[in-house]
Amino acid sequence: MEASAQKPAVSSQRTRSEHRLAWMLCAPAVLAMLAVTAYPIGYAIVLSVQQIDLRFPDEGGFVGLDNYLAVLGSELWWTDFFNTVFLMVTTVAIELVLGMAIALVMHRAIFGRGVVRTSVLIPYGIITVVAAFAWQFAFAPDTGFVNNLPLIADDMDWFGGRFSSFAVIIMAEVWKTTPFMALLLLAGLVTIDKGLYEAAKVDGASAWQRFTRITLPLMKPAILVALLFRTLDAFRVFDTIFIMTRGAQDTESVSILGFNQLISRLNLGLGSAVSVLIFICVFLIAFLFVKGFGTKLDEGRPGG
Amino acid sequence: MGRGSRDYALWSIGIALVLVFALLPVLWLISLSLKPPAAITDQSFIPTEFSLDNYKSLFEGGIDDSPFIKPLINSIGIALITTVISITLASFAAYAIARLEFPGKRLILAGALAIAMFPPISTVGPLFDMWRSLGLYDTWLGLIIPYLTFSLPLAIYVLVAFFREIPWDLEQAAQVDGATPSQAFRKVILPLAAPGVFTAAILVFIFAWNDFLFAISLTSSDASRTVPAALAFFTGESSFTQPTGSIAAAAVVVTVPIIVFVLFFQRRIVSGLTAGAVKG
Repeated sequence: MEASAQKPAVSSQRTRSEHRLAWMLCAPAVLAMLAVTAYPIGYAIVLSVQQIDLRFPDEGGFVGLDNYLAVLGSELWWTDFFNTVFLMVTTVAIELVLGMAIALVMHRAIFGRGVVRTSVLIPYGIITVVAAFAWQFAFAPDTGFVNNLPLIADDMDWFGGRFSSFAVIIMAEVWKTTPFMALLLLAGLVTIDKGLYEAAKVDGASAWQRFTRITLPLMKPAILVALLFRTLDAFRVFDTIFIMTRGAQDTESVSILGFNQLISRLNLGLGSAVSVLIFICVFLIAFLFVKGFGTKLDEGRPGG
Repeated sequence: MGRGSRDYALWSIGIALVLVFALLPVLWLISLSLKPPAAITDQSFIPTEFSLDNYKSLFEGGIDDSPFIKPLINSIGIALITTVISITLASFAAYAIARLEFPGKRLILAGALAIAMFPPISTVGPLFDMWRSLGLYDTWLGLIIPYLTFSLPLAIYVLVAFFREIPWDLEQAAQVDGATPSQAFRKVILPLAAPGVFTAAILVFIFAWNDFLFAISLTSSDASRTVPAALAFFTGESSFTQPTGSIAAAAVVVTVPIIVFVLFFQRRIVSGLTAGAVKG
């Protein structure tokens, strides 16, 4: 009688101390994560409804939504927004196809699996800025070897036009981030039961049918998670454009626009409005993936 | 078997394509960096003359006048300190998440995931303003703090995935066999946890090493400018020449050690990058 009466009290005390220990262990990491995200985004919202230009420190004050109206009413924002979405859609689409091909090569390799995995990791280990320089020098009319290749005009000025610049930017981005996509897809690929393929083979399914009827449907969760992380990452594109064109020839992305307003022009009010708008876009993309496509983030992981 | 040899040929082509795809820009940078300045515009993929002038120019003038030595020290120092702190904090949190039941666990994981998706540009303006008034602008700490924030989700997810695989019962078994709790932790759990911790450390280091946005926004001098930012501000002999050769040489210096490292630990990196991708 006594023992049974005491037991719940003891165990609830134990769970309570376990909870306390768990929170003490998590608190430093949680605080460090919030310090540079929750507080600054709140501060960005505060800055975005004021007129704050560090070059004219005496002027200022609350202006309501004026900064947002100024940004959304400007042609530059919409040009940059189009550029960002265009780059995001094309790079992620190319990466998905290429990444799937590489994942299949790695998965089904008769030999040389190690060589493929090793070479695929090289772009991952390289600084994005360094990769951007490598491709820029390769396509530059003076130093580059690309214009020396057959079928390409010797005097082609890749960075002189908008869409030729985009072509080089897309190539650099695809090169840098396809490995990540390929590895995520490979992780989904290895979970598929090999017996399914054998059974389909016996039933006379072609290789293409096996891919579209077995591989793709079973990999849908892994593909969606990989797409979500790569899409959000691609929406933030900054490094490659900054190095290659600095936004010249109308190639600016929204992140470059934010940087120019905040750091180059020191216009914290307008720049913060751009920052908050980018934050809202990212939120909407994530929302679309999770609610619209049913991406299961429990199975997900943060991007590398 | 004819079919078998055709398969081999197809795979060989596939593997060769992947290799060329991955290695091309790296070989191109090495080639550029070895060209003497006069031949930098010869547009050939393979250098016809070799010189180390580009490498010498990087280190000329010693620590005070070289455009490269200080950023290199900053990059290494900032990335290492970030890695140590991030892994320490993430280990505590991951241990609690993997082993203990407590309210708010899912919230922490969801929050970490949200921060992994957070656009860094949205924090640049406020941090720029805050760091200037707090005296953190253009300091190591000013970069370490944001790197810590944005690397923690990655570190926590990788560590949780690894920690869940550890047979924690062994700790109790060791204690039953007469080991003290501290012995049981050091001799049994630590060796089991080390590979996961090491993997997470590599990924965090690469993250901090790669950053460009914070590095150009929150620094203004060699006091804290890291290599990626310094490369963007490299200047040529005159304002009309682009310092292609020096940039290529600097790029090779910061790339080759990382590549060797990545290749050496490729298995760990692959398992870390895909940790939790299949099952959270």
